[in-house]
Amino acid sequence: MEHLTKIFGSRERGIVAVDDVSFELPKGEICVLLGPSGCGKTTTMKMINRLIQPTSGTVFIDGEDTSAVDPIRLRRSIGYVIQQIGLFPNKTVAENICVVPDLLGWDRRKARSRAVELLELVGMPPATFMDRYPKELSGGQQQRVGVIRALAADPPVMLMDEPFGAIDPINREIIQDEFLRMQGALKKTIIFVSHDLNEAVKMANRIAIFRNGRLEQFATPAELLARPANDFVANFLGSDRALKRLALVSVAEAMLTDFEIIHEDDPAARAEAALRASGLLALPMVDAEGRPSGMLAQGDVAQTQATAAECSRPVHATVQISADLRNAVALMFAQDMPVLPCVDQEGRLKGILTWRSIVRSLSVRGADS
Amino acid sequence: MMHADAERVTVPQVGSANFASARARLDGIGFLFLLVFLLALLSWAWSSGMLPEILSYREDIIYLFRQHIELVVSAAVLATFTAIPIGAVLSRPAFRGSSELILQIFNLSMTIPTLAILALSMSVLGIGFAPAVFGLWAMTILPIIRNTYTGLRAVSPHLIEAARGMGMTPAQVFWRVELPNALFVIFGGIRIAFSICVGTAPLAFLIGAGGFGELIFTGIALNETPMVLAGAIPTALIAVITDFLIGRVQYHLVPRGINPLR
Ligand SMILES: Nc1ncnc2c1ncn2[C@@H]1O[C@H](COP(=O)(O)OP(=O)(O)OP(=O)(O)O)[C@@H](O)[C@H]1O
Ligand SMILES: [Mg+2]
Repeated sequence: MEHLTKIFGSRERGIVAVDDVSFELPKGEICVLLGPSGCGKTTTMKMINRLIQPTSGTVFIDGEDTSAVDPIRLRRSIGYVIQQIGLFPNKTVAENICVVPDLLGWDRRKARSRAVELLELVGMPPATFMDRYPKELSGGQQQRVGVIRALAADPPVMLMDEPFGAIDPINREIIQDEFLRMQGALKKTIIFVSHDLNEAVKMANRIAIFRNGRLEQFATPAELLARPANDFVANFLGSDRALKRLALVSVAEAMLTDFEIIHEDDPAARAEAALRASGLLALPMVDAEGRPSGMLAQGDVAQTQATAAECSRPVHATVQISADLRNAVALMFAQDMPVLPCVDQEGRLKGILTWRSIVRSLSVRGADS
Repeated sequence: MMHADAERVTVPQVGSANFASARARLDGIGFLFLLVFLLALLSWAWSSGMLPEILSYREDIIYLFRQHIELVVSAAVLATFTAIPIGAVLSRPAFRGSSELILQIFNLSMTIPTLAILALSMSVLGIGFAPAVFGLWAMTILPIIRNTYTGLRAVSPHLIEAARGMGMTPAQVFWRVELPNALFVIFGGIRIAFSICVGTAPLAFLIGAGGFGELIFTGIALNETPMVLAGAIPTALIAVITDFLIGRVQYHLVPRGINPLR
């Protein structure tokens, strides 16, 4: 839906800020522009809403050449979050959110109720915040308002320049999650600038890596981490990029399911057989509801007449199947559990994770992306 | 002293809340102090038996009061409505190169003594109301122009970028973002300008425009202290009240979000 090529031999003395960049972003996806400072991310973004005129090249939105559209109308149809937030200090939170609806001539009451709705969406009680001024908000709250202000008129396309840059890491995670949840429902097409690789991997459907105004690689996060196009990209991603891929795989995708389920009242001998068949160090045991209630390790079940329950060890940790592998690995390290039971929302056993299954799922993803 | 004042009003935009509340407190104290001073003056005049003499000028005072107010209000209103547009135009990007130079020239013109300006305007426009208003206007515009210019220039470029990026036309950017955010500083200029205007107004008598200068200067010439006081006390009152009123207007008109005083 977008195809943009731009050569930007800039400003007489010829700083080439963006050099012949082309990519195409499918509708409803988040594309993160990533790269070191001064590599042309902001410039690329501003050429999309024509705050900066491209020296050459064209931007298409929905197949329509943006240079043929009136820039004022174009900008009102694109949500824009600037790097410095840029809330208007003379306006209240509600007035700030209503800026674009007002420009579009919405009914006052409709705009107001939209502001209420958006504030609720980001967990800021409207009664408290509507009539505050930006200086009366914390940095994180300002950033939230900056984002919902861009969302106010429900634009199909959003440009966000480091929207979460000024927040501390903990709150940033929270806002990111909030934003992803919102995006799940809203399905906007988003260009998102960041220079934080972890943020990019978390947020992006596609990542565009820039260096000195050139597009070095445009790929999905998984592909990027598995196969950097060149040394620059590989260096930029860092030598621990394999670890970053953990964040991209859900537990459900990596867990093993082909093992025998052991119940509490099974004899230990059956448990031993199951363990032997699986070739694993331990297996979980489940109660009547199918919830993991103990771990059976190889040494514990040998040569005994007892039931499985009697020679089991307590389960220190389980992981939700919707979580990502980063969380799972952290648990496995912290609890010293080479075999981790994976459970669904109700806590029922769905599978197990082992080091080997994790390694294999990463290499499978590398190979087919 | 005016320079210090001009700086003082541009600071609050970036200044701390402490500073602002201190400033607000200072305003109140200053106002009280002046009132006490005037009361003391009045009681002194009374105890020395001068009050009846001062009050004997009652009819003059009422007549001159109107004249004086007419002068001050015409000059101040004219100055406000000419100076803000000039300041706004100077702050536009097209003038960025030349605006500093133009402001320097204006600044230079401020060093011309008030009397000289009045004399000059008299030699061109004759005597009476018009040249006096012109002279006062010329004294009044500069602080407003300067503060309008600095206020508008001080509006963060990020705000302007955000406004443009959201699809405001250049006129909308000016009226909805730039001007409101510069309002506090502009008001600071207006406040200084008006106090200059009120303070200079008695001189208008010298070019035949009347006002309380008539009592003051005649009183000096005749060595009649009650006559001088009959002109000086109302002049001082007008100055104090004007400043207080503008302070109130500034306090209430500038939105809380950008008003360091509240
Ligand atoms: N108005 C301008 N005039 C001249 N050069 C500019 C201008 N704006 C940007 N540049 C140059 O263009 C290059 C790219 O700038 P840009 O703002 O796009 O960087 P960025 O990738 O957004 O960096 P950051 O991560 O620091 O925000 C930089 O080298 C910058 O110096
Ligand atoms: Mg940038």
